[in-house]
Amino acid sequence: MTILLQPPSLEIPIEPARPPQRGRTKRLLGYAVLIVAAAAILLPFYWMLISSLKANNDVYTIPVKWLPNPVVWKNYVDIWHKADMTTWLKNTLILSFAVTFLQVLTGSFAAYGFAKVRFPGRRVLFLAYLGTIAVPWQSYMIPQFILFSKLHLSDTLWSIVALQAFGAFGVFLMKQYYETIPDELLDAARIDGMSEYGIWRRIMLPLSVPAIASLSLLTLVTTWNDYLGPLIYLRSHSIWTIQIGLKTFVNSYNAEYSLIMTGSVLSVLPIAVIFLLGQRYFVEGIATTGLKG
Amino acid sequence: MTSMPMVRRGRARLVLRNTAVGWSFLLPNFAGFAALTLVPVALLFYYAFTSWNVFGGAEWTGLDNFRQLSHDHSFRTALTNTVYYTVFHIPLTLVAALGLALLLNRKLRGVAFFRTVAFFPYITSIVALAQVWNMLFSPSYGPINQFLRAIGIAHPPGWTTSADWSMPAVIVVGTWREAGYYMLLFLAGLQTIPTQLYEAARVDGANAWQRLLAVTLPGLRPTTFFVVVMLTIGSFKVFDLILVMTNGGPGQSTLVVSQYIYQKGFVENQFGYASAISIVLFAICFVVTVVQFLINRRGSES
Repeated sequence: MTILLQPPSLEIPIEPARPPQRGRTKRLLGYAVLIVAAAAILLPFYWMLISSLKANNDVYTIPVKWLPNPVVWKNYVDIWHKADMTTWLKNTLILSFAVTFLQVLTGSFAAYGFAKVRFPGRRVLFLAYLGTIAVPWQSYMIPQFILFSKLHLSDTLWSIVALQAFGAFGVFLMKQYYETIPDELLDAARIDGMSEYGIWRRIMLPLSVPAIASLSLLTLVTTWNDYLGPLIYLRSHSIWTIQIGLKTFVNSYNAEYSLIMTGSVLSVLPIAVIFLLGQRYFVEGIATTGLKG
Repeated sequence: MTSMPMVRRGRARLVLRNTAVGWSFLLPNFAGFAALTLVPVALLFYYAFTSWNVFGGAEWTGLDNFRQLSHDHSFRTALTNTVYYTVFHIPLTLVAALGLALLLNRKLRGVAFFRTVAFFPYITSIVALAQVWNMLFSPSYGPINQFLRAIGIAHPPGWTTSADWSMPAVIVVGTWREAGYYMLLFLAGLQTIPTQLYEAARVDGANAWQRLLAVTLPGLRPTTFFVVVMLTIGSFKVFDLILVMTNGGPGQSTLVVSQYIYQKGFVENQFGYASAISIVLFAICFVVTVVQFLINRRGSES
């Protein structure tokens, strides 16, 4: 049972043994390339971090100062006074959790209908879902905005919830996972008299914890990072999110380099922590949805 | 004889019951999805043929918007720039992602760490990344140009302040950000290639390069197809990266189609005209996907 329920694994297969001498030089070369690549990928983050701890005059120097000296921790105090960080973070948190909750709930519910209930028309309907993943949001953001305005959603936090919570992505990811769960298990529960809703609640949900984790983390991060949605819908300052707030801060204090970097670090930090804690689920979520090409 | 209609009626009832149950599961998501995504997509095809702007209602004007579009210089610039971004972003990201995946698909210590590192840019916010890169690209004091001067380039490019170099700067950041994501897809694809194929190729005396061409690349075909489709759609709709990094400038040197839609729709309130541009974007993505799908099918048949 447990073997069948494993999500697709990304374990690296072992290559067969080769002559040791050639293997070693190749391995050293491999490491060298990897280290250079990792450095290139991480350098901007390092620069962000050290600049956030520098005095403003020390950000641009010739040559570059690779260590902040003196270390200016005060930036991390000042940013809360100069920018409305508390409001932005609060709004972003509310949105991220509301969207994630709704997306997981409705997504897994719909996925059960698609994966485990046989009824006419479900294939066509699922294709409609899949099709919209290929339609760029940029191409229908105008009619959507007009619709949202008529529904009096624009300039409220609800607009972002509505925008993100019913995405096709969640349905797709959960359906992929549910299809790996054998039907025999559900049939057994049906014979025992369990309703379909009971099966979803008491069998599917507990079994799909890894998929739920993947979907939750991916949705959380997407909502946290979203810039375009808030840019279009959130006009009042009191409902701004961290991304839109940070961008406005950049525009009004464009010479406060170190403070801009401090704000950037604060906007990235929660995501970095979540990512490091749950990176396995990110990778599995991407692999499950991406593989079905 | 008598049991036949009974069975049939029983089946019909089962189908009915399943349909009701199935829909009850779909409904919470589908209601939101239909109202907030499908309806706007359908409305798009109506608005595009109207003169709707902030002053009046949606008056039907037929193909007027599209006629106007064909003479619109800014639109042509936006389209050219989008193609420019696409033509460089796709191959660069493809090669970087595949290279990283091949490198990480080995038994080296620390691959898990490198995988994490490579994927990290993809999940960081574009606003923060654009700020850092803009500072790194800063023409006179930025570290990138300091490095270029140190290796002997006396007049390094002005990057985001120069009309010629702003697009390459955006392409670099776009590739840097997305390579890790597509790398994960390639890594997953590499797991599906049977190791016996490699062993057989080795027995036949194929060297590493020949194995890559004869085993790995054909085996990755479905993944590569998916990646190219995603990259194409992603490149044609590129928007937030450009909006926060260069805002389309300097001049119109990085103005792209999505941004032009935004400008016409949300800044100038020409909803009808902006919808017409949206249709063009939609059509490009649709046609490119269908063409790639056909090529892929023909390729896998032969």
